[in-house]
Amino acid sequence: MTEHAGFLTRREFVKILGPGLYILVSAQDFLSGQAPKGFGRGYPEDFNAYLRIAEDGRVTCYSGKVELGQGITASLAQMLAEELEVPYESVSMVLGDTKLCPWDPGTNGSRSIKYFGPALRAAAAEAREVLIQLASEHLRVPAERLIAENGFVFQRDNPGNKVDYGSLAKGKTIERHLETKPPLKAASAFQVCGKSLPRADFQDKVTGKAQFAGDIRLPEMLYGKVFRPPAHGAKLKRVDVSAVKRIKGARVLQEKDFVGVVHPLPDVAEKAIALIKADYELPEATINDGNIHEYIIKTPARDSVVEEKGDLKEGRSRAVVTFEETYRTPYVAHAPTETHTAVVHVEGDTATAWIGTQRPFGADAEIARAIGISDDRVRVITPFVGGGFGGKSQVGQAVQAARLSKLSGHPVQVTWSREEEFFYDTFQPAAVVRISSGLDKSNRIAFWDYHVFFAGDRSSQNIYDVPNVRTTSRGSGFGGGGPHPFPTGAWRGPGSNTNIFSRESHIDIMAAKAEMDPLEFRCLNLADQRMLRVIDAAAARFGWKPAKGPSGQGRAMVCLDYLGTYVAAMAGIRVDKDSRIKVERVVCAVDMGPVINPEGARLQIEGSVIMGLGYCLTEEMHFRGGAVQDIDFGSYSIPRFSWVPEIEPVLVENLESAPSGCGEPPIVGMGALLANALFDATGARVTQLPLTPARIRQAKA
Amino acid sequence: MEQKIQFTLNDRPVTVTTDGERALLWVLRTDLGLTGAKYGCGQSQCGTCTVIVNNEAIRSCNYPVKNVAGKRVLTIEGLALNGRLHPLQKAFMEHGAVQCGFCTPGMILNSYSLLLKNPTPSREQVVKSMEYNLCRCGSYSRVERAVLAAAAEMKGGEA
Repeated sequence: MTEHAGFLTRREFVKILGPGLYILVSAQDFLSGQAPKGFGRGYPEDFNAYLRIAEDGRVTCYSGKVELGQGITASLAQMLAEELEVPYESVSMVLGDTKLCPWDPGTNGSRSIKYFGPALRAAAAEAREVLIQLASEHLRVPAERLIAENGFVFQRDNPGNKVDYGSLAKGKTIERHLETKPPLKAASAFQVCGKSLPRADFQDKVTGKAQFAGDIRLPEMLYGKVFRPPAHGAKLKRVDVSAVKRIKGARVLQEKDFVGVVHPLPDVAEKAIALIKADYELPEATINDGNIHEYIIKTPARDSVVEEKGDLKEGRSRAVVTFEETYRTPYVAHAPTETHTAVVHVEGDTATAWIGTQRPFGADAEIARAIGISDDRVRVITPFVGGGFGGKSQVGQAVQAARLSKLSGHPVQVTWSREEEFFYDTFQPAAVVRISSGLDKSNRIAFWDYHVFFAGDRSSQNIYDVPNVRTTSRGSGFGGGGPHPFPTGAWRGPGSNTNIFSRESHIDIMAAKAEMDPLEFRCLNLADQRMLRVIDAAAARFGWKPAKGPSGQGRAMVCLDYLGTYVAAMAGIRVDKDSRIKVERVVCAVDMGPVINPEGARLQIEGSVIMGLGYCLTEEMHFRGGAVQDIDFGSYSIPRFSWVPEIEPVLVENLESAPSGCGEPPIVGMGALLANALFDATGARVTQLPLTPARIRQAKA
Repeated sequence: MEQKIQFTLNDRPVTVTTDGERALLWVLRTDLGLTGAKYGCGQSQCGTCTVIVNNEAIRSCNYPVKNVAGKRVLTIEGLALNGRLHPLQKAFMEHGAVQCGFCTPGMILNSYSLLLKNPTPSREQVVKSMEYNLCRCGSYSRVERAVLAAAAEMKGGEA
């Protein structure tokens, strides 16, 4: 990683990589920075942007996606190998390099397989067909008599007559393209996809060789720290940096309110920044974690209608029993094990940045803006990322490093301390959901009136077979502002953690009132056959036996659809005498369409269940105004070894649908799953996350 | 205060001249160029900085470098012998006990010290000794499996 040539102009770049450089034909837009920014940018059409075949047959796959631990390294290589007809082992990945990889909106929303997958597969399929054409000319055999397999093109009736891909492509851009694009393989024909092939990143990760942003070393590199206010919204009045002089080698860098220190050693830079003294003007702290939900309800903002059908009035008139409930969720921190880290080297009007980020495209523009250069002069390289969960779509640390690099004239590394990580985090927003609903005399849901406040609308849509529905969403779940005293953002399953906690809790409340088994109640009210199949799969594994709640068993279920992936989960819990929940078993059945890497999918399911225990049982950011009070793992408690239940992932076979994501769908049902199990165990209904002993005791009383 | 500190690092003698109060983690990562031990919290709460000093797992983020004088330090870079992976490293790969990989060196070394003391741990003993190593990706059940598998592979001895 340290051998990178740094920023190159397009001409220099061509010179180094030679005239065969694949990227020039296809990707002038992202190389020159001329293309419009934002979601309007699409994936390039030229297959050369995604892959290059070297003379020795090795295939390099280029993607703007990044490896956060979710295993995209394997799944993308499998999809490429599948359509291109090359061995999986021959594929190497280049991920998240803004100068080498096709533009990408970012690694988030369980979108990699669902949206980038088809583009990558189409590119590989077209490349394969073009290679067959080239082979046809090379072998002087009509293309219809040729077949591509294992990195070779063979003559069907004379397999000895063959040519390898490397000899055809020679590491160069393949100029030929097809008018009519070949179809993608049917999932039933998959040979490489659908297998638990090993991940290429594991070996380096168990030996310490894997490089994260903090492991990048550049000549003359300094470590930087930026002075931080005591609270969001604080205004700097006076700053005294004189004490930093006591630290040998420390340099203070200032630009208006931006005050930083650089030093050749990271721990000494940290010591130096602590010597700075400042006075701030602090805004009055009126909001805190105790009153935030009242404040959210009162904050005016536009309601957008997510869905509307039938007539709520008509539904109300048919209802024989009605329900009104309010659900609340707190601010939750991302708390990745790797804190936000970046190395930025600004040289004149160019910058090269190594960032642990989920959004290399976008980070380039933010750096450019911060130091006043143009976007196309910034190259972002993404090493391995030590967990993201949505939080590393933000790149404040890279902006700090860029400013310090510009001011110091050195490459600068910034690694946030754990305290900074909590302070600067863009939390999952605290939010409120209000639902009113009713049942008709046959226990069918007669109406569903759903309002979400400041979580975002993802997964707010009703999935049940209800004739009269209105769903509205007020404010946004991203970006802070509105009622929030600090920035908020996407947190693994953004919006959905709140919306599905609310909906699936509410469904359970109705089932109990109807004196029905929660599974039978759901099935009675569902028309979606795919959902019913997933529920069946979960129930079969769990050994679900019908009983109305609360049954005293401490078992429960949820079902959901997250951006096209279906999940049904069941859990068994115990509640101890101190009102603490111990989760004993979770069965999680997921239908994500054809599964690209089953073991990878299982790891995502297990990881989601375990991470979900945190936001459901303990995680809740305490704060007064803009002052964040949980700043370490002492008071902000995330899941540990002893919390872990038996987790049984069930991959539901479905070769008919398009492949979709699995990184988030299994986490978003965890809130209702545990709240419903708590009710089943004790009869106590808690409508606010996390399910702390205090809230459980209060609900029991 | 600057001092000369001599110790054995991954079976090789090293000498560093630095302020002895500095944390071992930063001396390893910067002065000695071994970046396998990671910074996760700086407060001994997460375990990503775990290294082995005289066969004991320690949190290097809060361990003054002067304390390793004359001792044997093992980091993740020194665990594989002549390119041959340690059974724990192999088991972590085989059992998918890795996701983002940031906590992995600390997890492996903490379990290494467990197996030195207790070559045949029960599942409960693994959980207890790993309890203060944090993994945000949620790979705990796989780590547990990997440690038990490595212990079985090592048959109670050093592999």
